[in-house]
Amino acid sequence: MSDALGRLDLLALDDDVADENRLLRSTVRKFADDRLRPNIRDWFESGELPARELAQEFGALGVLGMHLEGYGCQGSTATQYGIVCAEIEAVDSGLRSLVSVQGSLAMYAIHAYGSEEQKQRWLPGMAEGTSIGCFGLTESDAGSDPGSMRTRARRDGTDWVLHGAKMWITNGSIADVAVVWARTEDEADGTKGSVRGFLVERGTPGFSTHDVHHKLSLRASVTSELVLDDVRLPADAMLPGARGLSGPLGCLTEARYGIIWGVTGSARDALTATIDYACSRTQFGRPIAGFQLTQKKLADMAVSLNQAQLVARRLGDLKDAGQIKPHQISFGKFANVRAALDICRDARSILGGSGITTEYPVLRHAVNLETVYTYEGTHEVHTLVLGAQLTGLDAFR
Amino acid sequence: MNIVVLMKQVPDTYAERKLQAGDNTLDRDASDAVINEIDEYAIEEGLLLKEAHGGEVTILTMGPDRATESIRKALSMGADKGVHVLDDALHGSCAITTAKVLAKALGTVEYDLVIAGSEATDSRLSIVPALVSEALGVAQLSGARKVTVDGSTVTIERTTDTGFDRVEGAVPAVVSVVEKINEPRYPSFKGIMAAKSKPVTTLSLSDLGLSPDEVGLVASTTTVESYEEAPPRAAGTIVKDEGNGGAAIAEYLASRKLI
Repeated sequence: MSDALGRLDLLALDDDVADENRLLRSTVRKFADDRLRPNIRDWFESGELPARELAQEFGALGVLGMHLEGYGCQGSTATQYGIVCAEIEAVDSGLRSLVSVQGSLAMYAIHAYGSEEQKQRWLPGMAEGTSIGCFGLTESDAGSDPGSMRTRARRDGTDWVLHGAKMWITNGSIADVAVVWARTEDEADGTKGSVRGFLVERGTPGFSTHDVHHKLSLRASVTSELVLDDVRLPADAMLPGARGLSGPLGCLTEARYGIIWGVTGSARDALTATIDYACSRTQFGRPIAGFQLTQKKLADMAVSLNQAQLVARRLGDLKDAGQIKPHQISFGKFANVRAALDICRDARSILGGSGITTEYPVLRHAVNLETVYTYEGTHEVHTLVLGAQLTGLDAFR
Repeated sequence: MNIVVLMKQVPDTYAERKLQAGDNTLDRDASDAVINEIDEYAIEEGLLLKEAHGGEVTILTMGPDRATESIRKALSMGADKGVHVLDDALHGSCAITTAKVLAKALGTVEYDLVIAGSEATDSRLSIVPALVSEALGVAQLSGARKVTVDGSTVTIERTTDTGFDRVEGAVPAVVSVVEKINEPRYPSFKGIMAAKSKPVTTLSLSDLGLSPDEVGLVASTTTVESYEEAPPRAAGTIVKDEGNGGAAIAEYLASRKLI
């Protein structure tokens, strides 16, 4: 453990890490230091990520869909999955997004709602990282209000025909399979239309993707638009186990859990870099770490980080006990992403001019977290979930 | 083919390492402990040979209680079982007594090949593999950058100043390896979880038929008489480049007689 990293563990949280989890953490940290960290500046600056190659390396480590059971998945605890998210996001939120979307959104959707055949077909390869998945729920005009989606699934004989478009889809253009959510029409037998999930394979006629360029955030991540122009799918492309918005929202709850842990990684990385910098940067004849204003910032940041880590641990315990509630996930995302973003912004201020370059990780983490702040449920939506829990009154429905 | 890998737990190479006052032995609590880096290559080579020829890989280590962490890591990479020689009396053992203990412990397991890293990052003696082969009375093939086994013959390549030597020996043999030999794998999550239930045998001195006065500081052929702390690292010189940066660097190098 680096010196600054050891000093940051103010609550001695490290003492409670089980031996196998410590080994898992050091393994992923070493992989991240060897394989990811030396390249992240290039990937971020060029906006190009060797995602297929990386997915296979993550697959070999056994971290894709690691918290799922069977079908080549590892059946890890939620806490172990969280530890992995934190170590990967300590390098970059874009890399953690690759892992989250694969495991918690695409694989989880198939695992939770798919037919036996769909699970056998897709999950083993996705766990290995040889197949990549994406998750299409958001549209350009349907974000926080996914129920207003315009993508439609129309029956034609036994087939389904999908029409519409999805936006801001991580892993979109590299995916072998897209989990696409679409609203079905009312059926002839009187069944009401509802939101259903469909597995759309790469290369299906009418299905195309376009990458989003000119991003200032999550540059080391593939973000795409999915276009569905009368995409004809067989009946068995539908996920049989999900009907209504609770299906995709269940997946999002999974992914948000990973974020709660992940962002503690980026905040930790920014803070260790900042402490190292502040201890070696001399102004007015002494290290700037010795000035009271700097120490106030460092204390605020470190306390905030330890609190966020405590929240992640508590939610990990609740999830492992099978007791976690959606509002608790909202608590975690609300509290931890805000804390991480504040930490990275303050870190930048201590690094001064150096802080705005990619030579140091702090502003890269901060701009990434600007996205994390609003994806997978905006900070505002999570605020209202907590408001509803506290008052019994829904402010947005 | 059964392989035993000799593994040593050492203080983290990148951390500040200290000796402890009193007996001048390593202060093991002063820094994190890790698998000696070159031993990871030895483990990897053991695993590769097992994958090619079948058999089992056993990790053998002598060290304090916390050395079990390193055994678990080796097991999580794919080794099958561990043997841990653990006894307070071993504290302060020199290379010769260490080799004697390891040779005794090797007598408790079946092996065709013993693989070791060529040196440890703490003591840096590079002599234990040779001492173990001597104690066992088997061939030693040192400094291998490549190992192949064909029936009862083991062949290695060893880099020399002008090329490489090819060295052959009969199994059982002791092979020491260098970093060029392979790229150690990362433990997978599956491997980490599987390692929890793999067997680790703990052996005490009496299990090996050794008495406390044959090992440890009392029996060591070498001791550290005295030592000095390394001077604290001095602050670097910062040259502000005001058009004369190149000349300033040259002057600095010249002042150190480097150019």
